[in-house]
Amino acid sequence: MGEIKLMKGNEALAEAIIRAGTDGYFGYPITPQSEVLEYLMASKPWETTGMVVLQAESEVASINMLYGGGGSGKKVVTSSSSPGISLMQEGLSYIAGAEIPILIVNVVRGGPGLGDIQPAQSDYFQSTKGGGHGDYRLIVLAPSSVQEMADFVPVAYDLAFKYRNPAMILSDGAIGQMMEKVEFFEPVPRLSDKEVKARYSWATNGKLKNGERRILTSLDLDPQKLEDHNHHLQEKYREIEEKEVRYEELQCDDAEYVLVAYGTSARVSLKAVKLLRDKGIKVGLLRPITLWPFPTKTIQNMVEQGVKGFLSVEMSAGQMVEDVRLAVNGKVKVEHFGRLGGVIHSPEEVVEALEQKIIGE
Amino acid sequence: MSEIALKDIIKPENLVYQKTRLMTDKELSYCPGCGHGTTHRLIMEVIEEMGKEHETVGVAPVGCSVLAYEFMNIDMQEAAHGRAPALATAIKRLWPDNIVFTYQGDGDLAAIGTAETIHACNRGEKFVIVFINNGIYGMTGGQMAPTTLEGMKTSTSPYGRDPELMGHPLKITELVAQLPGTYYVTRQSVETPSAVRKAKRAIKKAFQNQLNNAPGLSFVEVVSNCNSGWKMTPVDANNWMEENMFPFYPIGDIKVDGQLVK
Repeated sequence: MGEIKLMKGNEALAEAIIRAGTDGYFGYPITPQSEVLEYLMASKPWETTGMVVLQAESEVASINMLYGGGGSGKKVVTSSSSPGISLMQEGLSYIAGAEIPILIVNVVRGGPGLGDIQPAQSDYFQSTKGGGHGDYRLIVLAPSSVQEMADFVPVAYDLAFKYRNPAMILSDGAIGQMMEKVEFFEPVPRLSDKEVKARYSWATNGKLKNGERRILTSLDLDPQKLEDHNHHLQEKYREIEEKEVRYEELQCDDAEYVLVAYGTSARVSLKAVKLLRDKGIKVGLLRPITLWPFPTKTIQNMVEQGVKGFLSVEMSAGQMVEDVRLAVNGKVKVEHFGRLGGVIHSPEEVVEALEQKIIGE
Repeated sequence: MSEIALKDIIKPENLVYQKTRLMTDKELSYCPGCGHGTTHRLIMEVIEEMGKEHETVGVAPVGCSVLAYEFMNIDMQEAAHGRAPALATAIKRLWPDNIVFTYQGDGDLAAIGTAETIHACNRGEKFVIVFINNGIYGMTGGQMAPTTLEGMKTSTSPYGRDPELMGHPLKITELVAQLPGTYYVTRQSVETPSAVRKAKRAIKKAFQNQLNNAPGLSFVEVVSNCNSGWKMTPVDANNWMEENMFPFYPIGDIKVDGQLVK
C-alpha cells in the first residue's frame, strides 16, 4: 500500500510530478491551477531529487523551456489553464514537429477569451485536433479524479518518450480544485545524465565522442523532405491510434443507450446512469481516458452490438460529440448535452437530456 | 629550376591558418560580405579552442541564421522566432556543466523575443547570447527591424524610418546591461581584420565566463551589415555601417565582470 493522502487535484498532480522522476517544471501562475507551482516551490524538490522548478515570465516562455529541456533528453513538464494553453500553441506545434517528448497539463476553465475561472471542457478541439499550425497530434489523457491526476503523470511521460511526442493531461477546474483521497505510486528516481545520454540518442546535450551530432528542428525548406517528415509523423500517429487507446466502460454490457463523457462530466454522468437504471432504462457510460487517440472502435462495436443511441455529455457546446458521430457514422442517433461557460450540469439534467434527445423521439 | 606545385606548399609545417573543424563543409547560405559567416566561425573557433565541442549545445533563431545548425558542427536546437533564450534557459539549468549559447538576430532578439531576452538576462541565466544587429529583417526581404536607424529606408519604411510613426530604434544591448543579471555586455563588429580579432576576444571572454560559472549572462552584440537588404555593395555597406550604425551603436564593452564601463 502506498501513502494515502487527502489532497487537491492540483496538489496531487504536483506531488506526482516530483515522484515521477521529473527533471524540470517550468510554469506561469493562472487560476485554477496555480497550486501546482505553489506546491512545487514549497516542496523544494531541488533539495531532494535535484528537480529544477522555475517560474517563467510567460506561458510562451514555459513551453519553449520545455522545448529546450525535453530536447536535451530530460523529463520536463508545465501546467496551465485555458488562456495560458492558448499561448503555448506555437511552442507545441514546434515541439510536435521536432518530435520532442514533453508533458503539458491543462486545468481547463471557461472560455472563450479570458472567460472565467470555473471548470469547463471547451478545450477539447484545441487539445485533440492539434491546436497550433500544421498537421500534428498530442496524446491526450483525461483524468476524472484526484487519483488519476496523480496516476496519469508517469503514464503520460511513458507515452511521450515512447513515441517522442508531446503528451497532455486534460483536466478541468473541478478536478484540479476538489479534494479527494489519493494513493501515491512509489517514487521513480530521476535518470542520471549518463542514463539520459544512453537512452535518448536523439537528444541534444553535447555531441558524441565519435563526432556524431544531433539537431532538433521543425524546419525543412525542401518541400519533398517536409512531406516525407509529415508522412513519418502520420505513420507514428496511426501506430498510437492502434495501440494506445484507453477507456473505461461502466454498465455498458446490456446498455441500449450510452453516455459518452470524460473528466468531471463522467462523474456527473455516472450518477445519471444510476438514476436512469433506477427508472429501468438500460444505460451505460463510456469514459474515454485517451481523448486522442479516441476510442472509435469501441463505439463502433457498441453500435454493432445494438446500442440505439449515444449522448455525448461535455461541459462545452459540443466538441467530442463530433468524434462520437464520426465513429457512429450515421447508424444511430448521436446528440450532445452540456452546460457552458463554467457551469457544471446536474445528473438530473443529463437524465432529461437523454430522455428527450435520444430516447424520446 | 622546377616550378613549385601546390603539393609542395600544402604541408603541415607551412600551416598558418585552417578552418575550424566545428564549421561544417556546407556552403554558407549568407550573402557575400555578410557578417554572419565570420561570427559563426569565431564562435566555433572559441568552442574548439576551449575543447568543449562535446559539451556544447547551441540554439538557432528564426531569421537569416535560421539554418545556423547546418554550419555549426555541434549539437543544436532550432527555436521558434524569439524564443531561443527560453530554450537555452532550460538546457543550461538541466545540464549546468554544459556550455549553452543562443545565436539571434535583431528581429528575433529585440522585437518578437524581447520578453524572453530581458527575462533570461534579468534572471542571470548562465549562458551566452550572441546577437547580430544589422538593422533590418534580412531573410524576409529587408523589412524594418527594431534596430533600424531613424531615417533608414527599408521595404516597410520606404520613405525612411519616421520615429513619430514607427517608433525609435531600440538599444537593447544598453538596456540589458542595466539589468543585474548580466555579467558581461559588449558590442563588437566583424568588418575588418582588427575588428574580427577584437570580436573573437569578446566572444571568448563571454564563453570563458560561462566556463568559470560567472554569476550572470554574457551578451555579445555584433553590429553587422546587410548589403543585400540595404541595397549596397559589400564595401559600401561596410562604409555605411561605420558612418551610420557605429555612431548610434558604439563599439566596445558596456559591462565587464558585472560592472558598467565608465
